Amino acid sequence: MHMQTQTRPKVLSVLVLEDRIDAASAIQFKERMRDLTQAATSRVVLDLGRVQFLDSSGLGAIVAVRKLLAPDRVLELCALTPTVEKVFRLTRMDTIFTIHPTHAAAVAHASGG
Amino acid sequence: MPPVAEAPVSDRVLHLSFAADPLSVREGLARIMASPGLADLDPGHRASIELVLAEVLNNVTEHAYGAAGATDRIGITLRHVPAGLSCQVVDSGRPMPQGRLPRGALPQAEFPEGGFGWHLIRTLTRDLSYARYDGQNHLGFTIPA
Repeated sequence: MHMQTQTRPKVLSVLVLEDRIDAASAIQFKERMRDLTQAATSRVVLDLGRVQFLDSSGLGAIVAVRKLLAPDRVLELCALTPTVEKVFRLTRMDTIFTIHPTHAAAVAHASGG
Repeated sequence: MPPVAEAPVSDRVLHLSFAADPLSVREGLARIMASPGLADLDPGHRASIELVLAEVLNNVTEHAYGAAGATDRIGITLRHVPAGLSCQVVDSGRPMPQGRLPRGALPQAEFPEGGFGWHLIRTLTRDLSYARYDGQNHLGFTIPA
């Protein structure tokens, strides 16, 4: 599971460099996120711009990461592709997560907040 | 194990059989999505097809079979019909609990890590049917165009 991080004051960005988070990779994703966010202090922005497909296992893993970071740190999402957006909308998880249209918008929002 | 027994019965029907484990499911799904009849469908319909099939196939792998054995296989037949894509999925795993399909209510927990699958299947399909005979589960549904 390839991921890339970028650290700014108060925000850690994680870019997923895979085209899917599915049943075959959900556990790896969760474990990588646990490792990568250990040093995070407040906000974590997960950039899903390269992810073309997410199933319910992948969604469950993202929710698990949100739980892992709570209550001191918050997980926000950005750059959802159409299929991924559809999964969030149909499961109403779009009402639980803060979702930004782009990474730039997410960073601007995070640094202002 | 790579998918085998791929048989394009006609250009309207696709049959595949593959091992019931997450990587084989991923590979089988990639084959299905790249097959001639499906590659040209509109992106929204393709998204629904890939999502529903992933959920159904993952359910068979995780729940009907559980810990995968070497002989656990899933058969899937796809047929283009006027209403969309008609799908039949057959496995030899355990029957559905109480012989019925889950309702698919959305989970109410604060951090739900599961329980989304059947909600997605029920939302994106029509004419969902389930039967158990000859020691096999037979799941049928249509994914509307």
